Amino acid sequence: MNISELKNILEVMLFAHGEPLTISEMRAALTGDLSAELIYRALNELRADWENKGLALVVVADGWRFQTRAEYQTYLQRLSPERPPKYSRAVMETLAVIAYKQPVTRGDIEEIRGVTVNTQIIKTLEQREWIKTVGHREVPGRPALYVTTPQFLSDLNLRALAELPPLAELGQLVAPNPYTLDLELSSDAAE
Amino acid sequence: MTVAVNVGILDTEVLARVNGAPLTAFPDDLYIPPEALAVYLGAFEGPLDLLLYLIRKHHLDVLDIPMARLTAQYMEYVNLMRKSQLELAAEYLLMAALLIEIKSRMLLPRPAAIDDDEADLDPRATLVRRLLEYEQMKLAAQQIDALPRLGRDFLTAHSWREQAVRLLPQVGSNDLRDAWLGLVARAGTRRHHQVTQQVLSVREAMGQILNTLQGDLFMEFTCLFEAELGVSHVVVKFLAMLELAREHRVEITQNMAFAPIYVRLAWVDVSVS
Repeated sequence: MNISELKNILEVMLFAHGEPLTISEMRAALTGDLSAELIYRALNELRADWENKGLALVVVADGWRFQTRAEYQTYLQRLSPERPPKYSRAVMETLAVIAYKQPVTRGDIEEIRGVTVNTQIIKTLEQREWIKTVGHREVPGRPALYVTTPQFLSDLNLRALAELPPLAELGQLVAPNPYTLDLELSSDAAE
Repeated sequence: MTVAVNVGILDTEVLARVNGAPLTAFPDDLYIPPEALAVYLGAFEGPLDLLLYLIRKHHLDVLDIPMARLTAQYMEYVNLMRKSQLELAAEYLLMAALLIEIKSRMLLPRPAAIDDDEADLDPRATLVRRLLEYEQMKLAAQQIDALPRLGRDFLTAHSWREQAVRLLPQVGSNDLRDAWLGLVARAGTRRHHQVTQQVLSVREAMGQILNTLQGDLFMEFTCLFEAELGVSHVVVKFLAMLELAREHRVEITQNMAFAPIYVRLAWVDVSVS
């Protein structure tokens, strides 16, 4: 099998499978006991082939997948009238605390945000399969410990938690900064 | 002036209507009196968010918060909230109590230090740490929200493939032939057949036995039966034998247990018959 044939096969698998594929999954479906390095090389060539197209081959936490380029999203939105719902600030802040401080309990989230965590927020994030329970902290009440899932990273186009935007240094926040009036009424209506 | 705030804003860009005219953006230098802010209180994500807003809005130094001023402003908003959204107030009241406590502790002379660390601790330190930690997460949330997101900013791409495909069994012509042959083979064993009752007469069997015994004097019991004709024949023959014995037409003898049984015609008084 030459490399261009291999690229064709990989392309077909990635388009038709419907889920991100890891190299080992693709390797298991291929014949001829190809090395992971060879497949990796073919995938990178394939990615380069698609460089200037509307679709892009990317690698995320769940594996390799083809996806549309963000700059063309407006056209897709016009095709389907249903707009994706926005997450409220409460949801996003809860998600941020879980993402950066995991594993955390509800109490930890409440301590940082200064308000009680609405059960609906946790449910919203669990239904999106962005967070999950990994156990319980061995303190009275045994509160559930939440972490983010690989799907959370994949949906944000990331491979690992380390790729999350770095947190602002606490020292930087001390300096008085121009504060924009971000009342964001519209974003809160979606909660 | 009538101010109507569109509460369920999701798609429309109109934030509010002032005297009937749509307001699509907040004026940059908008002064918001506390009374008007009542409608925005829901936009704060709790007391920390409100405090941060007040601090940043008035360009206060986080490390040297003027507690009296901040507490006074904070209480203005909280009082508004108590009037309008009582269920929200609990967390805000807790913060109000904390602010007042910090303020009063700052007024009191510092107690003689038992522990050096404790003595140096500004009463505001914990609050400042919490405010900054919250602000850090708040900014992080905005950054995460800005990341390209599946479903909102891009979609995964697939070639169309029958998604509802069920794996169906494969059938070849050989399978069909084997199935047919099996069907034919079973048809042989399972064919309908009529069961007719054979009419066997005990009288007839009695005559046969007597006929058979005519020539020989003795016959072995087993020789009178023709097993190959089937169970019903044997049974009928046996019944005939018993009948003949009852009528004293034959004599059945056996010398000892398990010895051969012999049958012969009984002595018949010719004159009588």
